[in-house]
Amino acid sequence: MLRVKPSTERIKVHVYGQAILDGFKLILQGSGEIWPVIGLSLAVSGAATLIASAIGLPIGYFLGISRFAVRGTLILLVNTAMGFPPVVIGLFVYMALSRTGPLGQLGLLFTPQAMVIAQVILAAPIVAGVATAAIASVPRDLRLQVRALGASRLQESLAVFKEGRRGVMAAVIAGFGSVISEVGAVSIVGGNIQGSTRVMTTAIVFYVGRGEFGLAMAWGMVLLGIALLATAALTLVQQRGSMYDR
Amino acid sequence: MTDRGETIAAPAVRGTNIKVVYRGRAVVDVPSIGIGSGETYALLGSSGAGKSTLLRVLGLLERPTSGHVLLDGAQVGVGDLSARRRIAAVFQKPYLLRGTVAENVAYGLTLRRIGLAETSSRVSSVLERVGLGGWGDRNALTLSGGEAQRVALARALVLEPSFLLLDEPLSYMDPLLKRSLSLRFAQILASEHVTSLYVTHDQDEAATVADRIGVMREGRIIAEGDPEAVLGLPVDAWAAAFVGMEPALEGTVVSNTDGLAGISVPGAVLYATSDFPEGTRVLLAVRPEDVTLYEAGVDLPAGSARNRLQAVIAESRPSGTSVHVVVDHCGMRIAAAVTRASAKELALAPGEPIVAVFKATAVQVRRRD
Repeated sequence: MLRVKPSTERIKVHVYGQAILDGFKLILQGSGEIWPVIGLSLAVSGAATLIASAIGLPIGYFLGISRFAVRGTLILLVNTAMGFPPVVIGLFVYMALSRTGPLGQLGLLFTPQAMVIAQVILAAPIVAGVATAAIASVPRDLRLQVRALGASRLQESLAVFKEGRRGVMAAVIAGFGSVISEVGAVSIVGGNIQGSTRVMTTAIVFYVGRGEFGLAMAWGMVLLGIALLATAALTLVQQRGSMYDR
Repeated sequence: MTDRGETIAAPAVRGTNIKVVYRGRAVVDVPSIGIGSGETYALLGSSGAGKSTLLRVLGLLERPTSGHVLLDGAQVGVGDLSARRRIAAVFQKPYLLRGTVAENVAYGLTLRRIGLAETSSRVSSVLERVGLGGWGDRNALTLSGGEAQRVALARALVLEPSFLLLDEPLSYMDPLLKRSLSLRFAQILASEHVTSLYVTHDQDEAATVADRIGVMREGRIIAEGDPEAVLGLPVDAWAAAFVGMEPALEGTVVSNTDGLAGISVPGAVLYATSDFPEGTRVLLAVRPEDVTLYEAGVDLPAGSARNRLQAVIAESRPSGTSVHVVVDHCGMRIAAAVTRASAKELALAPGEPIVAVFKATAVQVRRRD
């Protein structure tokens, strides 16, 4: 027993180390499906994050600055939606887009567009929920000051977004992070078709299913690296100085 | 600027039947308020009185539950951007942007897409006017609190507003800075001839900057007029306590010779400069700082102070740097503010006899309804 344990440890370390090496090889060689899969992952999750931000940020702004009777209830709904399980979202979108579903005639099932739709539904509540908190933290007096200096509604909202930029970018980062790393929804509505709808997360599931753990780990490392680079870029924007300081 | 206390015939800004209701409670209920062209009107009241809410409504920053705002006779509203752009404001916190003083002052002009040349000239001019000439290139975030608030004032004035709102602009300042800045603000507002609404809870600040004062309590304006009348003759017991006085005395004019009225009050006749004829029932009061106390029995110095009341000390308590003393004469209570040194010298103690002396010109008189 005592001799087996260190041996197992060595194997584990070896697997992780080899996976990292394989990951680098995958990227450096650029062979096979690597770049199309990375490209599709970024395209689908990027588009979904953009659309989710276009939907979620205005909702977050409205909920963040408004004072009305059912505001608390709406915030509760958004916060609940932040925890939607991707598999369930995938299932709903699948049913909607399937031939017998209400949107079946669009013929979007097992396409990147279907994956974007599912990821938008996943990311929009996250963007809206985090943005609500970010906008609500911008002092009301600042909005009054900007308005009192003659800002139009649009100019006022831009000033508020600038002031709450850190929280707003955190909302976008959280939205992107939730969709680039999810597998349940994209695998159901995309189908993990090689060369068509395979993304990094579904590739990992695919190679695990085939017992190719090293390759799966390598994809995992690539996914982590890409997610790190993408969020680093967003964080860079987030960390730039705020508009007002006193 | 109007003379203090002048009646406003055609107000530049008027609010009618302004009511703001939050969660079923009326936080502002003002049937009418008018501010004359070039006038500085101070809204004075304690926290939660509704002053800032009324300011936001008149400044088109908040929609009232009901009521109307008129700017130069025309009804205006929150959604009217052109009307809003005739109004500018300075708040408690200046909220300066990262950047230079000039960039901060130019903020409102940038929102209005004013050209660079005009912006530059207007910014330089207004900085001169607020005493910050040549400060344009300084980093705004290195300024002191007082300097930052002057930049905020410049940022509002550069817009050449028809109506300027000042919402407790000096409340974060220490007393010394507040005194000097309130004087500075008063000078600037007077020279700019801009119609202004100045919200404060500080009566000294209000008296320094305002042509007229409105006292707010629980959403209503309970007194309005020139600073001397409002601060010198409180309308009720709450207003008296707010301005550090005793409630007004009730009396009847028993004589009037060349504007010097003798007014009968319980146990005495007080003299005041007033044109009210004999028989007029009046309310009268005197500011604590206008009352001098002397030990009973001492020879009073010869002088112009006509009113000399034999009284007893009812209460005595420290109030800031002075001592607030209330004296009682036949049930009639008058407050006096004495220095701590004088209070020590007089050995003030409740029940001790004292003489309260004040001039006829210090007595504020109003007809009693």
